[in-house]
Amino acid sequence: MSDQATSGGGPMVTRSMREALNLALGQALAADPDVLLIGEDLADPGGGISQITKGLSTRFGTDRVRDTPISEAAIVGAAVGAAAAGLRPVAELMIMDFVSIGLDQLVNHAAKARFMSGGRLSIPVTLRTAVFGGIGSGATHSQSLEAWLAHVPGLKVAIPSVPADAQGLLTTCIFDDDPCVFVENVALYGSTGPVPEGDHRVPLGVADVKRNGTDVTIVTYGRTVRDALAAAEQLAEEQIDVEVVDLRSLVPFDAGTVLRSVARTRRVVVAHHATRFAGFGAEVAGVINEELFGELEAPVRRVGARFAPIGSAPTLEASVMPSVASLAEAVRDVVGH
Amino acid sequence: MYGSMVLIRACDERLRRGLSAGEFACTYWPATGQEAIAAALGEVLRTDDQLITTYRGLHDQVAKGVPIGPLVAEILTRSTGVNAGKGGAMHISHPSSGLVLSTGIVGSGLPIAVGVGLAAQLRGTDQVSVASFGDGATGTGSFHEAVNLAALWHLPVVFVCQDNRYAEMTPTAHAQPVDHVADRAAGYGIPGVRVDGNDPDAVHGVLEVAVARARSGAGPTLLECTTYRLWGHYFGDPMRYIPAEELAAARQAEPVARYRAVLLADGVLDEHGSDQVERWARDEVAAAFTAALADGLPPPEAAFVDVYGDPTGMPE
Repeated sequence: MSDQATSGGGPMVTRSMREALNLALGQALAADPDVLLIGEDLADPGGGISQITKGLSTRFGTDRVRDTPISEAAIVGAAVGAAAAGLRPVAELMIMDFVSIGLDQLVNHAAKARFMSGGRLSIPVTLRTAVFGGIGSGATHSQSLEAWLAHVPGLKVAIPSVPADAQGLLTTCIFDDDPCVFVENVALYGSTGPVPEGDHRVPLGVADVKRNGTDVTIVTYGRTVRDALAAAEQLAEEQIDVEVVDLRSLVPFDAGTVLRSVARTRRVVVAHHATRFAGFGAEVAGVINEELFGELEAPVRRVGARFAPIGSAPTLEASVMPSVASLAEAVRDVVGH
Repeated sequence: MYGSMVLIRACDERLRRGLSAGEFACTYWPATGQEAIAAALGEVLRTDDQLITTYRGLHDQVAKGVPIGPLVAEILTRSTGVNAGKGGAMHISHPSSGLVLSTGIVGSGLPIAVGVGLAAQLRGTDQVSVASFGDGATGTGSFHEAVNLAALWHLPVVFVCQDNRYAEMTPTAHAQPVDHVADRAAGYGIPGVRVDGNDPDAVHGVLEVAVARARSGAGPTLLECTTYRLWGHYFGDPMRYIPAEELAAARQAEPVARYRAVLLADGVLDEHGSDQVERWARDEVAAAFTAALADGLPPPEAAFVDVYGDPTGMPE
């Protein structure tokens, strides 16, 4: 791992992202009595639909690892109220599409309470949610809606791609004094990687170069990082040397790392599984154009989901979603420009 | 309670007078006619009990003890406002008075009040959290989710519905299939109590019971306080949707004059005392407006302060 922030040089162990998230939640609950988990099916024996909270209610009690009815507006709202009263709630909305139901509390209250109160309130709430795309869940259980949230002043948005970042970013979000949305991905839960032992934090707003390269930069985040790295391996056989920049948080956005990489490679592909049209990649492309217009060898190329709902049939989902192949093709395109 | 009601009314009248005369401009959703409920809230709740109210919240804010000078300055969006001119009339917040926040989205205060109550329960304090809202909020999903959750967890919450007969321009009866808001409590297995919201003593009585129940850990209560919104939904509302005779009757039954008559009849108050209360309220309000009107609006750069606790690296 190239990232100075993720490792203090201490011993590393191999963990899955599921284990890393569970560890971060357990450490936060152990470290601070004000931390509280609230959401659907969190408590044992279920331990969450993806077992992210497995064992935590047994260790910390069902008062602090709290199952709720299916009430997304009240889950987020109660977390906002508890945060206004001084707790550090971690609310879970099981699947990212369900954010739509809790959006009023997130967008109108959590995001704006500090501002509207003139600094009298702070809302240290973390909202965990997971994208369920890629497994045939269909149009209401597969969306990547992070651009909605990045668009709202007052929210922070973090999206990990590897277990160490998952643990470190989640811990940072929980202890941040502002509302953070932490976007997981079901396709990554089983993925494994080195994770520092003990307490581990990754700051928000610090992108990580996941692969060094000289010919072209792929700017991406979350699940798409894995596809970008796979595409880079393929392209290496074609003597195209790809650098992969993992944003890790969309807000704050580490433009500096992106611009330094692109200033060097002078070619860039911005990629995500979220819908390409008006997606976060458009913001990244805009910043690159504003800052590096005269230095680019090719126009900024964006890769993202096509502008259609996500069908349940594998053929339909594949038709809409980007892939390793489409990413590699976009890179060849900017290199050949 | 009477002093509180008179102070609220004096503040409301001064605001409406200034708006009508073009002396100043601001948004305002009058709670005129609902003062008795607020006065009872102010009397029964402790300072460290927590109230979440709405954009129609002047009465609740005054009664809960938000200092009137900074409150008026906030309504007039001055930099000296209780929220630095950023919240305005719709979004008053003063946690140290126990006025957590005021919401501008109908129904959304209830889940927040549940969270505040949850924090009190988890920390083992004996604070009570109160959500104050109108009849319109009872049509939202947030109302039902919040009352359900509070009942399920026996949270120290009191839901105070100020049923002022209209949700924006729609009569309550057109928007609910039950006769009364309080009837809905049965669906959550909690007490639902209906009371004359224009009678501060009656509200005080039922509120005391509900707050004691919440404080004891027995769980929430849904109170329906029937009242009337005398000046419509927003300042300047022509109220074409309200029958003239209904409005005239409501003005006859308005709570401030009614309570004054009760106190005079009971010998609790005499004419001299009544005059003193009114003069005190007028003076307080006059001083608050004079000061606020002399204060400046927030400087443009304040728009970027308190967006985040730590603004480092944030988009511009």
